[in-house]
Amino acid sequence: MSGLELNRITKRFGAVAAVDDVSLTVPQGTFVCLLGPSGCGKTTLLRMIAGLEDPTSGEISIDGEPLNDTPAHKRDFGMVFQSLALFPHLSVGENIAYPLRIRGRPSSEQASRVKELLELVHLPGIEKRAVTQLSGGQRQRVAIARALAVSPKLFLLDEPLSALDAKLREAMQVELRQLQQQLGITTIVVTHDQREAMSMSDQIVVMSEGRIQQMARPIDMYRNPANAFVADFLGQANLIDARADGPDALVPGGRIPGLSLACPGSRISVRPEDVVVTTAENGSIRARVGFIRDMGASIEIHLDGEGVRYVAIASPQARPDCRVGDTVGLSIPAEACVVFESGKG
Amino acid sequence: MRRMPPERAADYYPIAYPALMLGLFFVVPFAIMLAISFFQRVQGGFYEPAFTFANYGRFLSVFFGEVLVFSLVLAALVSAVCLLLGVPFTYFLTKLSRKAQVFWLVALLGVLSLSEVIIGFAWSTLLSRTAGLSNLLVAIGFMDRPDAWTPGFGAVLTGLVYQAFPYTVLVLYPSFSRLDPSLMEASRTLGASPLKAFFTVVLPVLRKTLIATFIIVFIFALGAYLLPQILGRPQHWTLSVLITDQAVYQSNMPFAAAMAVFLVVASLSLVLVVAALNRKGAGQ
Repeated sequence: MSGLELNRITKRFGAVAAVDDVSLTVPQGTFVCLLGPSGCGKTTLLRMIAGLEDPTSGEISIDGEPLNDTPAHKRDFGMVFQSLALFPHLSVGENIAYPLRIRGRPSSEQASRVKELLELVHLPGIEKRAVTQLSGGQRQRVAIARALAVSPKLFLLDEPLSALDAKLREAMQVELRQLQQQLGITTIVVTHDQREAMSMSDQIVVMSEGRIQQMARPIDMYRNPANAFVADFLGQANLIDARADGPDALVPGGRIPGLSLACPGSRISVRPEDVVVTTAENGSIRARVGFIRDMGASIEIHLDGEGVRYVAIASPQARPDCRVGDTVGLSIPAEACVVFESGKG
Repeated sequence: MRRMPPERAADYYPIAYPALMLGLFFVVPFAIMLAISFFQRVQGGFYEPAFTFANYGRFLSVFFGEVLVFSLVLAALVSAVCLLLGVPFTYFLTKLSRKAQVFWLVALLGVLSLSEVIIGFAWSTLLSRTAGLSNLLVAIGFMDRPDAWTPGFGAVLTGLVYQAFPYTVLVLYPSFSRLDPSLMEASRTLGASPLKAFFTVVLPVLRKTLIATFIIVFIFALGAYLLPQILGRPQHWTLSVLITDQAVYQSNMPFAAAMAVFLVVASLSLVLVVAALNRKGAGQ
C-alpha cells in the first residue's frame, strides 16, 4: 500500500516504554496530527519515523519498503524542528539550498529552487538575509521551505508553531494546511494544542502514556471520543458519573431523561455547548452558578450540581439570564451524551 | 537599561577599578620592559639608562630571525595539533553522560595541575631508549629494537601538545556543550551523513570558538621555555628560551627586554591578522 505504515512500534528508554506497541497507517497525501500531553511519546514516535531514533521493536515502512535500516540522511523526509534548527552561519537562501548542496545539485538549480520555495512560503526575495534578522513567523516559513526543498515523500513537523504568538499561530495553521493541500504531501505534525490539531488535520491520533488512545477524523473524534481521556483532551468535556434509573440516567443534581445506560454505573461525557442553561423549573438538573466568563463570542458558565462541576457554553444570542449564585436548571439532551463503560478511561 | 555615552568624569567610575588593575599589573610592567629594551648593558654589572637601538640592532640577524620563525611555526603547529585532537575529543565528550563529562574534565584539570618540569621529565623518560615507549613497541613486535625519540622536534611537539591539550578542551567545551543538538539532527534529516553534518554544520557554526582557541593555545605555546630545553636540541629552542637565557644566565636585561618586546609585537600582529581575516570571512 502507499503511505507510511508503523507496525507494533515500541521504544524503551531503560525500563520506561516511551512508545508502547503503536501501529498506525498514514495514507499517501493525508495530514495527520499526533496529539497528546507532554511525555506521551508523540515526539519519540516522530523521531523514529525520521530515523533520529531507532525503535526497540516493530517495523516502519513507506510505500511497502521497510525503513528500519535506512539512516536518517537517506530517508529523504523533510522535518521541521521545534527549535526550527536554522543554521546560524548560513543565509536564508543557503539554509534552504543546504539539502540540495549536500546532494550535489548544480548551483543554478539550487538558486531557482530557493526562489520557487520562498515564493511558496510567501517570502520572495529574502535569499541574502541572515537568519538572525528574521521575525519568528519568517523563521518558521524558512524552516518549512528548507524541509520541502527536495520534495520529500514525508513532511514531519515537531511542535512547529509553539514559539509563535497566538494570532500568528492561528494564521500559520491555516497556511500550513493550505500548503499541504496544494502540494498533496503526506504530513505528520506533533502538537499538544488541540485547536491546532482540529484545524489542520485529516486524522487526529491522540496519544497518552506511549499508546494510541484513538485515531479518527477531527469532528468524529470530537463528537465520539473513545474514552474519557480523549474527551477531556480534545476540547472541553463534562465528565460525569451516572447511574441507570429505568429509561433515564441519574446524575448529580438531577437526571438526563431518555439516556438509558447498559451498565448500572457509567461515566458520560457531554460537551459544554450541549449543556443548556434554563430556568430551574424547565431543567432536569438543578445547579448553582459559580462563575461566568463572558468571552464576547461565547459565554462560559461554571455551575455546581451537588458538588460536581458542570460547564456550559452558550452563544451570545442565547445568553442565559442568570447571575453568580442563582440556582438554575440544566437540560442535557440524551443524544449529546457519550457513554463510557464504568471504571474505564 | 539604556546605555548612554559617558559625559562627565564621574560616569567613568565603574571602569576605574579594572583600569587601575590593568595599568598596575600590565601597562606599567610592559612600559618598564619597553624602557629597559633601550637601556645599555654594563659589562659585569646590570644596566644603566640610555637610549640606544643597539639591542634591537643585535636582534636583527639571520640567527634570531630563524629562531623567531621557528618559535612562531612551532606555536602554530602546537595549536593546530591541539585543535585536530581536541575538537573531536570535545565533541564526543559532550555526547557522554553528565557524570562521565565531569570525570574527564576533572582528569584534564589534573593534567593542568602538573608542573612543566614534571611533564618535561616524564616525557623525556617515556621517549627515551632505555625506559621508553619504544621498548613496549619492541615487546609487541612493531619495532626491531628500542629507539631514542628524545631529544628531538617530535618530543618538543609532543610535550607542548600534552601541556596545551587540557586548555584546548576547556576553552572548546562551553561552546560545544551549548551547541543545539537539533542542528545536527536537522542536517541529517536534510540528507547529510553524520560526518558531513559535522563538517558542514558543527565546525562552521563554532568557527569563532575554533579561531579563539587557536589564538589562545598559540600564545600559550609561544611562551613555553622549559619543555624545548628538556625535550629538544639547541636548534629546537624557541625565542622564549633565548630570552630566559639572556635575562637569567647572561644578565643581559636590555637585550632580553628587546627580544620580549619583539615577540609581543610579532604575536600581537599575528593575532590581529587572524582576527581581521575572521571578520572578513564572517562578512561574506
